[in-house]
Amino acid sequence: MAAAPTPGVSMGEALNRALHDAIEHDPDVLVYGEDVGPLGGVFRVTDGLIGAFGQERVFDSPLAESGIVGTAIGMAMYGLRPVVELQFDAFAYPAFEQVVSHLAKMRNRTRGAVSLPVVLRVPYGGGIGGVEHHSDSSEAYYAHTPGLRVVTPGTPADAYSMLREAVECDDPVVFLEPKRRYWSRQEVDLPVRTEPMATPVVRRPGTDATLVTYGPMVETALEAAETAAAEGRSLEVVDLRQLAPLDDGVVTASVRRTGRAVVVHEASVFGGYGAELAARIGERCFHYLEAPVLRVGGLDIPYPPPKLEHHYLPDASRVLAAVDRLQWESAWVEDGEGGRIRP
Amino acid sequence: MKHTDERSRPAPALPTREPVRLVDRHGRRVGHSSFTAPDPARLVELHRAMLIGRRFNQQAGTLARQGRLAVYPSSTGQEAAQVGGVLALSDQDWLFPTYRDSVALVAHGVDPVRTLTLFRGDWHCGYDPHRYRCAPQCTPLATNASHAVGLTYAARRKGRDVAALAMMGDGATSEGDAHEAYNFAAVWNTPVVFLVQNNHWAISVPLRQQTAAPTLAHKAVGYGMKGYHVDGNDAAAVYAVVSHALAEARAGGGPAIVEAVTYRVDPHTNADAPQRYRDPAEVEHWKERDPLIRSERLIREECLLGDTEETERALAAFGAEADGIADTVRERLAGQDELDPRSLFTDVYAAVPPLLEQEREALADELREV
Repeated sequence: MAAAPTPGVSMGEALNRALHDAIEHDPDVLVYGEDVGPLGGVFRVTDGLIGAFGQERVFDSPLAESGIVGTAIGMAMYGLRPVVELQFDAFAYPAFEQVVSHLAKMRNRTRGAVSLPVVLRVPYGGGIGGVEHHSDSSEAYYAHTPGLRVVTPGTPADAYSMLREAVECDDPVVFLEPKRRYWSRQEVDLPVRTEPMATPVVRRPGTDATLVTYGPMVETALEAAETAAAEGRSLEVVDLRQLAPLDDGVVTASVRRTGRAVVVHEASVFGGYGAELAARIGERCFHYLEAPVLRVGGLDIPYPPPKLEHHYLPDASRVLAAVDRLQWESAWVEDGEGGRIRP
Repeated sequence: MKHTDERSRPAPALPTREPVRLVDRHGRRVGHSSFTAPDPARLVELHRAMLIGRRFNQQAGTLARQGRLAVYPSSTGQEAAQVGGVLALSDQDWLFPTYRDSVALVAHGVDPVRTLTLFRGDWHCGYDPHRYRCAPQCTPLATNASHAVGLTYAARRKGRDVAALAMMGDGATSEGDAHEAYNFAAVWNTPVVFLVQNNHWAISVPLRQQTAAPTLAHKAVGYGMKGYHVDGNDAAAVYAVVSHALAEARAGGGPAIVEAVTYRVDPHTNADAPQRYRDPAEVEHWKERDPLIRSERLIREECLLGDTEETERALAAFGAEADGIADTVRERLAGQDELDPRSLFTDVYAAVPPLLEQEREALADELREV
């Protein structure tokens, strides 16, 4: 790609470079989907790949998501590593049966004889002014399905590293790209390898409360933590990165340190991924908690039209409002011997 | 501006309304302008494989009634469609079967006991798909078809001459996935033959409520594919047509739909009640068109196994072989394999993640307490 006009690398550019390097690195990798060829994808994430590698490696498929995922399954059964784009979150729903019934289960059904190293790239979430069916946060559907790895990067460096790792992974990976962060930039030299995607990362250390988040909300949580710091409150931000299978050790350790937690995601709250996190934190940190685990997310309504979506989307101030509700008047007092008691 | 409508393949002809038939129900050859019956050795092999399939279906049905299989979807009456299709495959080709295609798996060479793992409830699939070039038997309808397209696409990229037979029933052709698979195969020109066994009933729903198409083979035309309408109880015809379609597909002539018109003589599964939805006279009509009767008559009529005495001896030997396989299946299924509950966690991901490790430990604790 041409030198970036503004400093740093955008998430979209990092993903593009990751695909480029993955195709170059392994002859079994191929990229296909709707409009990923000459157009370079509707978000240009596949820009220039067909020119660099030809249509044997990068090509447009017929417009049919179930067929895209189904053929990727067959390709993976014969040793290829397909990376397919499903263009928009809600466009992936027609492929749901292939994802749930076959992609997620083939290894299990065949007792490990068949692995499916398929990556489904799903640009997800709102904030780009899209009309209906273009802004869903569908992570809970996938995360609820055993056999899938569900990952979502929050930074350009992670976007590069996690996509490379997803392509190399022998499990099927639903790679959720927070589409409104495609243009977020970071100073980073590519190629880069960050922490393994299965491990959550503390993006910002803090002592007073933990914001547990991922994907598009990482930036929002960091912004909230920045504001809180100016007001004298120290918030830790944990970026999950891989939502399923979840390694919640980092989350547990963080919340046990801070004693308070807010789960932040963009999806609707009810029955969402945050419910799982809050429940797990409750189970594992109950005796350390100073306040109930709170959830901040989108409203429990169908994703709204673009002129109203800012009311739906959680922002830093909604996160901070939740932080303010964390019962800062502690119910516990020091017992004088290094422990805590209820008076 | 140049229009890029570059489809070069000529529009395929409509399939014939009359199914291709090479041997009639009395075991007599029928001349056909486009297809010829396979050689005598192959005709005999088709009969032998059907006989094994028939006994296998009967044995599995018995085991299901005895509660030793959780369920069994019989394909009695459909042996010619399954065996004729599978024997047309070459050694490197793949089979993508459905739950009703156990006979096809056995004819393809899969260990008969392992085909029953799914129905016995020991596991979801009892064989290594790579070893047998056979995908797991598919329970969702039509979802296996696009896998066949992807696999043959991948094989071609790797320079291997691999075709695939994707099997489905008449009901499955109504699913969106059938459409997507047909379309992908045709656009990508991958060597897949979609073998539709039209057995007239999708559980209780008859074909006329399933489709308004004149034949299911007609559907091929809209995709730019060839469609073949064949007597599915005539193993010679199914074999000849599928062989031809596979050869054409390999040569770059495009995939095809082969509709084999047959009939499910037994219930949908052992849990079904067909008397609620179909006339017993219809079943009798189809029993007269039994694929085994006609191939046996052909063998006798044409002395394909030698003189009368030799023929009877050979047919008896086939029967004994089929009985032996059925007996072996019954005996081997009687020995209950030890199922290790801890294995539930091993093949969900490439490595067991921490969460499942915790659940495995918890289950082990439960087991210790029992």
